[in-house]
Amino acid sequence: MKRRAFIQQTAASTALVTLGSLGLQSFSSKTKKITILHTNDVHSHIDPFGPDDGRNANKGGVARRASLVESIRKNNPNTLLFDAGDIFQGTPYFNYYGGELEFKLMSMLKYDCATIGNHDFDNGIEGLYAQLPHAKFDFISANYDFSNTVLDTHVKPYKTFVKDGIKIGVFGLGIELNGLVLASQFKETKYLNPIEISQDMARILKDDEKCDLIICLSHLGYNYKNNDQKASDLTLARATKDIDLIIGGHTHTFLPKPTIEKNSDDKNVLVNQVGCYGLYLGQVDFYFDSNKNKSADGASIIV
Amino acid sequence: MNLKFFIPILTLFLFVSCKQDHQLTKIVGKRLDINDSLTGQQSIEDFIKPYRENVNKNLDSVISYAVDTYSKSDGELNTAIGNLMADAVMEQTNPVFNSRTNNDIDLVLLNHGGIRSILSKGNVTTRAAYQIMPFENSVVVVDLKGVYVLELVDYLKRSKRAHPISGMKLILDENDNIIEVTINGNIIDTERIYHIATNDYLYGGGSGMTFFQKKDSVHVLDYKIRNVLIDYFTKKDTLNPVIDNRFTRN
Repeated sequence: MKRRAFIQQTAASTALVTLGSLGLQSFSSKTKKITILHTNDVHSHIDPFGPDDGRNANKGGVARRASLVESIRKNNPNTLLFDAGDIFQGTPYFNYYGGELEFKLMSMLKYDCATIGNHDFDNGIEGLYAQLPHAKFDFISANYDFSNTVLDTHVKPYKTFVKDGIKIGVFGLGIELNGLVLASQFKETKYLNPIEISQDMARILKDDEKCDLIICLSHLGYNYKNNDQKASDLTLARATKDIDLIIGGHTHTFLPKPTIEKNSDDKNVLVNQVGCYGLYLGQVDFYFDSNKNKSADGASIIV
Repeated sequence: MNLKFFIPILTLFLFVSCKQDHQLTKIVGKRLDINDSLTGQQSIEDFIKPYRENVNKNLDSVISYAVDTYSKSDGELNTAIGNLMADAVMEQTNPVFNSRTNNDIDLVLLNHGGIRSILSKGNVTTRAAYQIMPFENSVVVVDLKGVYVLELVDYLKRSKRAHPISGMKLILDENDNIIEVTINGNIIDTERIYHIATNDYLYGGGSGMTFFQKKDSVHVLDYKIRNVLIDYFTKKDTLNPVIDNRFTRN
């Protein structure tokens, strides 16, 4: 009897060891890479600038962006593509087609989601609503309350994605519309304090949704030097926690590389923006390790 | 110990540890250029092509003829191209305003900075209207009491720029004092309500035009400035605007 019990016990512990090491092998040694690609303020720039353009000669173009995105996706299928707003307005394509072509092309490029910029109201909130069927991607905005408008239920505060077992939470932010857009255009859209909303969003995405990576798509603008009371990507970065990356827009700020800010927990948060008109594509790669002995704040940032 | 008992616990343990295990270790950020070193994706090119051809066909359609090349830098306090724009707004929008209110527009005021391009000599296309006015601004008519119209006059005097006007005559002396100011030939009645056409951007205080906020009321015409130009150009066989005496310095 005693001997039988011993054998059973041994078998059990062997199984434990085997399973344990199998488990470790399948989880621990692999590094996972999530690639985030982003644009902002493309402003209906579909064709590249011509060779005679004074400032942006031979730059930009949606078809070229498509090639670039495709090659990056081929290299890493765990790629997400985002836009931080002001898709509309800037070339006659918008005046003639009201944004239809912009949305159709972004769908062909397989954008994963976008937030709403002030110029996306240029044909009124109905004009944006009318083009939504052409977009195969979602719009997200956490601080525009659309409940009394046609966009009610069509815009979600956030979206989550799972890529290679990594959960990514993305929420959207828009700029105050009063004074920037005619009230007759944005109708009863309510603007909510983006800092407070972001604190809520980060908590929901981290604690409730258990996201490994939290990204904000912001159309607040990078920074307002003469008005530090105005909410911007930099003030947002400093006043919140648990956000890993803020993808910005609105101010057409050409950042050669992402800015590293300290959040309210004194941890690093990246803020990026790639100017305007589709002249550049931003790329931020996040590497995850499943070695549980790693310390919590050991991420090295190479920009 | 039973093995069957062990496995569920073990599985749970592994699952939990996996879930907590994703440790962010490295972030690499960079900016990628989109330029002519990249070959455009053919399927996207093919998709855009019919849209582009349709837009270009329309934009390149000839709608008028310009006798000369006109620039907003030709002229100190009034320019031929600015006069053309202000007169176009007067001519195109007054019938709309009159049909709705039985009143006439007294004055048009636009801003010099809002003239975004020259008008080139020769055939004038729809594209020219887009170049001169790439923005979506629309015409609004502001009902403003005469006393505040004087603030508008003071604004013009102080800014000393060729802001496009129509319906008003303003003469300054060499020290920039006002010698004469009239609307439709009459001196300004401080108690009367004047109907002033402008665009929604300026009405909202753009270019420092704060006086519009002292309005009695505002009428939104839903007529874009660009469409005013397109309609005006289409109507006129030849464009031959001139610098005149509507805003001058003696």
